[in-house]
Amino acid sequence: MTAACPACIDTGDAVEKPDATSSLPTHELVLPTIHCMACIKSVEGILTDQPGIMSARVNLSRKRVAIFASQGEDPTAWIEALTKSGFEAYEARQSLDSASDAKLLLRLGVAGFAMMNVMLLSVAVWSGAGGTTRELFHWIAAAIALPTALFCAEPFFRHAASALRAGRLNMDVPISLAIILASVMSLYETFTGGEHAYFDAALSLTFFLLAGRYLETRMRQSARSAAADLAALEPGRVTCLVDGERVSRPVDEVKVNDVLALAAGARVPVDGYLKEGQAQVDRSALTGESEPVSLAAGGELISGDVLLTGPHEVIATRAAQHSTLRKMIELAERAEGARTRYTGLADKAAKIYAPLVHGLALAGFLGWYFWSGDLHHAAMVAISTLIITCPCALGLAVPAVATVATGRMYRKAILVKSETALERLAEVDTVVFDKTGTLTRASLSVPKDLPRAEKAVLKTLAAASDHPLSASLVHALGNEPSVELDQIKEQPGRGLEASWQGMPVAFGSGRWLGSDAATCLRVGSRIYALAHKEDIAPGAIETVAALQKQGFEVHMLTGDKRAHADHCAAQLHLGNVHSELQPADKLEIVQGLEAKGQRVLMVGDGLNDTLALSAAHASAAPGNALEASQNAADVVFLNGDLTRLLDALRISKRSVRRILENFGLAGTYNAISIPLALAGFATPLLAALAMSTSSILVTLNALRVR
Amino acid sequence: MNVLVILVPCSLLLGLGALAAFVWTLRHGQYDDLAGDAERALAEDSEK
Repeated sequence: MTAACPACIDTGDAVEKPDATSSLPTHELVLPTIHCMACIKSVEGILTDQPGIMSARVNLSRKRVAIFASQGEDPTAWIEALTKSGFEAYEARQSLDSASDAKLLLRLGVAGFAMMNVMLLSVAVWSGAGGTTRELFHWIAAAIALPTALFCAEPFFRHAASALRAGRLNMDVPISLAIILASVMSLYETFTGGEHAYFDAALSLTFFLLAGRYLETRMRQSARSAAADLAALEPGRVTCLVDGERVSRPVDEVKVNDVLALAAGARVPVDGYLKEGQAQVDRSALTGESEPVSLAAGGELISGDVLLTGPHEVIATRAAQHSTLRKMIELAERAEGARTRYTGLADKAAKIYAPLVHGLALAGFLGWYFWSGDLHHAAMVAISTLIITCPCALGLAVPAVATVATGRMYRKAILVKSETALERLAEVDTVVFDKTGTLTRASLSVPKDLPRAEKAVLKTLAAASDHPLSASLVHALGNEPSVELDQIKEQPGRGLEASWQGMPVAFGSGRWLGSDAATCLRVGSRIYALAHKEDIAPGAIETVAALQKQGFEVHMLTGDKRAHADHCAAQLHLGNVHSELQPADKLEIVQGLEAKGQRVLMVGDGLNDTLALSAAHASAAPGNALEASQNAADVVFLNGDLTRLLDALRISKRSVRRILENFGLAGTYNAISIPLALAGFATPLLAALAMSTSSILVTLNALRVR
Repeated sequence: MNVLVILVPCSLLLGLGALAAFVWTLRHGQYDDLAGDAERALAEDSEK
């Protein structure tokens, strides 16, 4: 059995060849299982030993490796070399660019340094510098602040301009207005030798908001890179047979009547039929049923099937663009409409905030103008109102909490894929589970009449196999001792054979061992059939019980027979069971619940759940689910442990509470500072205090998410 | 207040120096893989 990370046991000596070029890498591979220094060293060592690779550099944060080789090199051999050493590897579809990330960080840095310097100059002014000294300091501050504001606040200006062009108001409009007005007014005051210059406010506003923006992109990028990694699980390349030669080509380029060579364990990338021989396939992704399907030559294979036997030659009947898998994905995308229309809390806040602040500033201007008739003073009041109404706390309120929450979830092996997922998860009141693969696991049962010694043989053989069903056997035979077996050999697609005390033993597919049962153990000449059965997944009973205790309505959906479903539901103490469903029926049930005003969290793993996953208010998929379902889900729990669902719900509820608290904090600050500004008491010192304290409080409050 | 003529340029130069250092680290990709660099520090053969 291969360990999760072979490098943790055996550190390969890594040799890194010098960087031949510092330009963009030619290839990128996704490595979902790397997690430590030894992994980095091994992967880089393996790759640099491959012919054609000049250098390789692992990025642990993104779980990717950038490879520098000659353009157009075929990465299949490298992936094989990595897989042989126990590292899962996939070719990355698109490379993630870090350029925009770096640019934002640069802006943040420049704003930070400029803010510090201007602050220092301002301290001198606040502590009483007067006359020419004050003027000099204002001029220096202007020289630092104006170029900085132009460069650093450019993203806000751009977003605000595009919003205004579309006739909308967003958070960036009041932000840009505040920055521009603060700079222009301060410049005017500097020219005329006035007392108050708001350069430090303009810069600290820019700095805090850029910090919020940076957190947001970091989070969005990690969500997107997770999604991109998952998409890479779909076979990107396939080996075709062209005139007897094996050619590796992208799945999208497969044409009708191409012959594909697929190994055991491979996922069928396009619809097709079996060229010759007999095959067993796992169609659970499509139907939800775990029983393998047997096919004869000419038998139809559906994209998404997993070959249990092999190698096989498959003739494509449809191009990838028209495959069943893609059709399901397209349907799911269409069902997703309602969710993408969801407005996040930040947008809701901006909708109230922007008109309110602009209205107040205008009212302040008109009020002062008509009351005192002093145009200059009225303009000062209006502008200082705009500057002082802390949009920076509002801009930080959501991203700070979301970043902390997704980080916490990631540490619990929960990936949050969409930006509004946290808020939608927190609103859920109904949880709908798919049965097969989510609440239950397929497993093999040990025959009752199996003698003690044979049990030990079975356990040892099962432990040596990588097949997912074997793991359940090892678990079931936990108390049995292991035995010494010689010459353990894996027959791809068939099973394992070995020699035990000079006697041949084998464990694998029934047909290979000459039996009618699907899976058998052979010891000498005796054959024992191992029945397929269904177990409740670890954590499922506790999760369902806890959810019901917390007041969630729990449903179970399945395409399985009524009797099976009821038996399973009884074990889980679950009342709402819907059985013998087609994928469209699942969608209908979810939509029916939503129509009744319930907020549904759908949890499922199969292709047959994809529609329901995309239609539900929020959705979750276990990490072993098919790529299409993981794409449709908001949240993926990587180790397949259902109790993580409780963590995800709890953390999302907490974080929404923190977001609301943050809005409350920002609101309180505004409630204090707006009357002061409108009354004409606003000073640059007050603006600086209000901005920094509220931003820091909001960020500290976000850190309380547990 | 004549001392300001020296002190103000000094503080500005120091700030610029720190900014230049930050830009240098950014250009050299030191923020690209924070988790990876933390692990690489434990590697036996020292590299950058």
